[in-house]
Amino acid sequence: MAANREFLYRRLHSLLGVIPVGLFLIQHLVVNHFATRGPEAFNSAAHFMENLPFRIVLELFVIFIPLYFHAIYGVYIAFTSKNNVSSYGYFRNWMFYLQRISGIITLIFVTWHVWETRIQAGLGNVEVNYALMENILENPFMLVFYIIGVISTTFHFANGLWSFLVSWGITMSPRSQVISTYVTLGVFVLLSYVGIAAILAFAL
Amino acid sequence: MMSEDKQVTLIVTRQDDPESAPYDETFKIPYRNNMNVISALMEVRRNPVNANGEATTPVYWDMGCLEEVCGACSMIINGKPRQSCTALVDQLEQPIRLAPMSTFPVMRDLGVDRSRMFDSLKKVKAWVPIDGTYDLGPGPKMAENKRQWAYELSKCMTCGVCLEACPNVNSKSDFIGPAAISQVRLFNSHPTGAMNKNERLEALMGEGGLAECGNSQNCVQSCPKGIPLTTSIASMNRETALHSFKSFFGSDHEVE
Repeated sequence: MAANREFLYRRLHSLLGVIPVGLFLIQHLVVNHFATRGPEAFNSAAHFMENLPFRIVLELFVIFIPLYFHAIYGVYIAFTSKNNVSSYGYFRNWMFYLQRISGIITLIFVTWHVWETRIQAGLGNVEVNYALMENILENPFMLVFYIIGVISTTFHFANGLWSFLVSWGITMSPRSQVISTYVTLGVFVLLSYVGIAAILAFAL
Repeated sequence: MMSEDKQVTLIVTRQDDPESAPYDETFKIPYRNNMNVISALMEVRRNPVNANGEATTPVYWDMGCLEEVCGACSMIINGKPRQSCTALVDQLEQPIRLAPMSTFPVMRDLGVDRSRMFDSLKKVKAWVPIDGTYDLGPGPKMAENKRQWAYELSKCMTCGVCLEACPNVNSKSDFIGPAAISQVRLFNSHPTGAMNKNERLEALMGEGGLAECGNSQNCVQSCPKGIPLTTSIASMNRETALHSFKSFFGSDHEVE
């Protein structure tokens, strides 16, 4: 099995990006969307999530362990490639390059976001509610940072879903890969809309 | 018909030996009709004088078949890796820039050492083992439509263009590259070759194997023979995934 470790890590990296991290991302953006219905709706949804039983176990195994395995191994993958879009400006090569850039941006954004919300709440410094987000997004710099962060995250997820389908041999023919390009583009647009709508609800 | 003063300008990235630093040298050679890059280089070899009128050493390059089936004469021509035998001067922008492929160790000038590709073919056992102590008789028949399909994959000439174009084949990674992965698909689909299917899949699942593909798909865009390399990669992704599921807790299935 030692010789297979790299194959195993790569496939695990691909799998964890979608299950559970991708599913968690969708759930998180959907819960955030309560913000468009006003502070009370958001606060009660956030409260519900906060009071889930076995919260620490769920957070560890559904979010933090898979997320940071995916992130740290992903940084290693990103830095072992030698990007060459200037010589080979094909669409998929650009997507390959943007996947690595968006991965790094997403890691910075998510780490900052976890620090500012979950860790600060854990330390007892803040309470996670509508007012906290309203406060953060009052700062125009943070508003731009959050918008870029969310778009980068949804892009990384949607494009990663495309490569997930190839890496597991689900989409094989060129035609199936073109169709999945359009489907994942749709996923990107829809999730970006859900995420940005919530950010603007806090900010405006 | 032939104008006396029409010239072709070549800018060649040269290197005297594997260890020395590369440098550019410009050559101006008389134009002839229907020249390809190789006949232009032969002109330099016939009269090794650079554009400044200084005598220099003739430019070294590799070549073999001169009809794009051997893969030996690959080099970077105006930024893209391709065979110099089928690179026609009339279709190229001037000055024509020639450089050795960067993925492989440079031996001299435009000649590179593609040994790693042949080592990869050995690693994945890209052959049908039939040698034994007695005559095995005729092998199982292959359907004609399957043979035609397999013929497309067999066009690979190990030229190195797909490895050169791949962002994941570089000095920081030991990725085997698209060519050998596609050869596994070819030999695993052969009725006799399929008898050693698992050995090839396991080689692809080892260090530097197919999992290192990042789906930039530059290979399929660059392959001079139009081999469906990314379809082969996805197909081997499927085969290795199934193989890993079946043998997850160990397996007593040698083949299938």
